[in-house]
Amino acid sequence: MFVLAEMTDTVRIDPWNFKMKLNDAIKIELHKKLANKVVHKVGLCIALHDIVKLNESHIIPGDGASHTKVHFRYVVFRPFLDEILVGRIRSCSREGVHVSMGFFDDILIPPGALQQMSRFDEAEQVWVWQYQSDEGMHDLFMDINEKIRFKVVDEVFVDTTPVGPEDLAEPSQDTLQENQPKKSPYSLVGSISEPGLGLLTWWT
Amino acid sequence: MRKKPDHIKLGKVLTLLKEIQEQNGSNKGKSFKIQQNLATISYETVTYLEKTPCIHQTPESIQRLLTELSPFNLTKAEKLQLLNHRPTTAVEIQLMIEESEERLTEEQIDKLLDVVSTCLPGEPEEELEEEEGKEEDNQEEEDAEDMEEDVDKGGDGD
Repeated sequence: MFVLAEMTDTVRIDPWNFKMKLNDAIKIELHKKLANKVVHKVGLCIALHDIVKLNESHIIPGDGASHTKVHFRYVVFRPFLDEILVGRIRSCSREGVHVSMGFFDDILIPPGALQQMSRFDEAEQVWVWQYQSDEGMHDLFMDINEKIRFKVVDEVFVDTTPVGPEDLAEPSQDTLQENQPKKSPYSLVGSISEPGLGLLTWWT
Repeated sequence: MRKKPDHIKLGKVLTLLKEIQEQNGSNKGKSFKIQQNLATISYETVTYLEKTPCIHQTPESIQRLLTELSPFNLTKAEKLQLLNHRPTTAVEIQLMIEESEERLTEEQIDKLLDVVSTCLPGEPEEELEEEEGKEEDNQEEEDAEDMEEDVDKGGDGD
């Protein structure tokens, strides 16, 4: 579920923080910069694990701050493909079931990846698994806030770095941005179409 | 950002975040700003992790599990999943272990479940019951007693 990602960055320490130990100051800066942020193709950064190596610090003319190249390891949320995770149902819609891990919300289980014979109940606005047993059909509702076990089948990274003025001038970019105003930088696609997957209460 | 990152145990993440929270708590009075992002993500992640079986795990119990698991020839990812989820049913094992039907016999799956439950402490079933409703508690306790009696009497079958 979590990985230790090795990264390098040049950290700028303001002169009024020189009284602090360099390690502590760098820790604070790295937390400020990365905690709760998604790094493209890396995942959702949680917290600094440790500093591996510090290179020499430099002072650049015209700036009183010090710049230090740091090698460090960060705890990152990045489940591997086919990993099994447990989350809670955040909401249901025609697009599928939205799942939250508490600290990470961009998980969607599309209709095709639900258990076979699932339908969307318009009145209740929830997905229902029509479970066929020997005694007949059972409607298993996927209520909001229920714990759900799912398999990670895909991950999508979207580069959300701001585009330059040249790119903005292109009309195709404009329409694309208008259509999808808020695209999350990192989202997961889940599946529950196997035995054992779905609400925890189904399998106990 | 260069080489393939290592996966890390949930317990380790939890310990790290707890330390950070403690440090943050003790630094509140000092001059530098509280780091909002870090506080949010560590709080949310700790809340999540505290509901997983990893909260009961110790380095010793994990070591014991890994020793016991060595004869099963599992991959690193599979062992990690067993550790993170502490499966209690055969259907969960099938999910976490690839091609389990071909690689493991039914006895081996039973043995695996047994190893996991003896090496790793934790009570996932009780947690589930708590969530399903408090009113039924009394009823459930009686049921449980009945069940126990039944078990004592039973045991024939085949």
